[in-house]
Amino acid sequence: MDFLTSADFWFLSLTSLAKTIFLIFLVVLPMVSYTVYAERRVSALIQDRVGPNRTGFPTSLIPGISKDFSPFLGGLGQPVADAMKFLLKEDFVPGHVNKLYFWLAPCLAMMPAIVTLAAIPFGSSFLGVKMVVADINVGLLFMFAISSVSVYGIVLAGWSSNSKYPFLGGIRSTSQMISYELCMGLSAVPVLLVCGSTGLSAIVNYQVREGWLLAPFTNGGLSFREIALWVPIIIAFITFTISMFAETNRLPFDLPESETELVAGYHTEYSSMKFALFFLGEYTAMIAGSALIVVLFLGGWHLPFIPDGAGQGGLAFLHAIPSWIWGLVNITAFFAKVAVLLLVFIWVRWTLPRFRYDQLMKLGWLYLFEIALVNIFLTAGILAFTK
Amino acid sequence: MSPILFYIFAAMTLVFAVAVVANRNPVASALSLVVSFLGLAALFVGLDAYFIAVIQVLVYAGAVMVLFLFIIMLLNIQAEERRKINVPAYAAGGLVTVAFIAQLWFVLQKFELGKTAFAPLAEKHVDDVRNVGNTLFSTHNLPFQVIGVLILVATIGVVVLSKRELK
Repeated sequence: MDFLTSADFWFLSLTSLAKTIFLIFLVVLPMVSYTVYAERRVSALIQDRVGPNRTGFPTSLIPGISKDFSPFLGGLGQPVADAMKFLLKEDFVPGHVNKLYFWLAPCLAMMPAIVTLAAIPFGSSFLGVKMVVADINVGLLFMFAISSVSVYGIVLAGWSSNSKYPFLGGIRSTSQMISYELCMGLSAVPVLLVCGSTGLSAIVNYQVREGWLLAPFTNGGLSFREIALWVPIIIAFITFTISMFAETNRLPFDLPESETELVAGYHTEYSSMKFALFFLGEYTAMIAGSALIVVLFLGGWHLPFIPDGAGQGGLAFLHAIPSWIWGLVNITAFFAKVAVLLLVFIWVRWTLPRFRYDQLMKLGWLYLFEIALVNIFLTAGILAFTK
Repeated sequence: MSPILFYIFAAMTLVFAVAVVANRNPVASALSLVVSFLGLAALFVGLDAYFIAVIQVLVYAGAVMVLFLFIIMLLNIQAEERRKINVPAYAAGGLVTVAFIAQLWFVLQKFELGKTAFAPLAEKHVDDVRNVGNTLFSTHNLPFQVIGVLILVATIGVVVLSKRELK
């Protein structure tokens, strides 16, 4: 019990709490609501429409101010209005559902997506505190494990709704997630082989030292080994990203909720905040997935020439500036990379048509799975020959 | 791990393990088993065995149980009906349970290592992924490869059987 009363314990608990609150409530949840907004604006841009450009922040409610505050882009208050709509609508539970599981499903869809974020190193260090909530040596496996639990939310939603379309959506989702989990796991193996660790912090540290895996020249030079490894890494990146689209049920793989066939798939019977939880869960999973891609392939929080939060590395003359500023820069760099990937997610959604279900299964089992498997041997071979 | 956490997770594992058997609804049973597995994984974390804990969640709670649930839903198995009490069956079941507990008791009595507490770990973190991998591919290489071949045979068997039905 001496650990419970030690100063170490209190320091760990308080910093973990602060990091969790910062990550979930100050970064990820606002990011989710603005990803929804970005989705609507970008889709409008692609389809030559305007999109939501009116809603401002309701400052006219304050006496003395006559206008709503609507900054540069317009419509930036839309997420607030959306949230109010979800909270205030009637929460209707149909009579034919299985009540307990109907209530449980939205929570199960939302929670795993948030829990996976715990293992993500979203910054180097800030004032001597490592910017990762749980720095475990099996970080990558932890993320796969928790995201494999997230399928229960969708399955239970489909089953407990007790009607045809949600059930079909739930069944589709289960087989889709089981198939693509395998591809995703296998396509991450080359990264583990190169970095020699399953800890996400260790993978980022390797990339800080040797250059980002997808851009090995960021540490200043290109050796023969790096050029040879580039090929399998690019293949791994492509298969991993495609599997990630399937895992997060995003178009072109959103068969579980394809509205032309299944009304709205597994969440057909849901309304109000319960529906919103599925929505939040999907976008949080998207952010967690993008964060994982950034950590595995794009160097995590690292930017070339920029020192880390302890004032190490980077260009020498930048060391004169206090290191906590670089800590903040690293955190910003990480989330900027995530935001770029989120834009790619949105861009793909509004560009590609939806796959047919058998095409999706064929792509997963006959192409991606084999490519990922061969890629592991290719990476291992290159690593063995260029030692 | 703090003893309080140990008791919470041990209770969670046991209570939901009982719920698996006690529930009449197969979906509820399957989900109870998932929660029981999660409790077990938490106990592994308490022993600093992160790798085993994560694999427990990834393989059992994540993959195997999802397949179970999938089958239960596809076959649309209804809740079990209450059966008549079959006295000889209950008696035999009770006998087997008592015999099993007695065996456990005697074995644990003779297990000398269990009586002394283990020394704390020398390092704060054990690189268990590397250790498990090293042992698996050096000392236990042959059994590991044999298991691989066995699973391959089983997979091919399933494919052959399911294809035959299509014709």
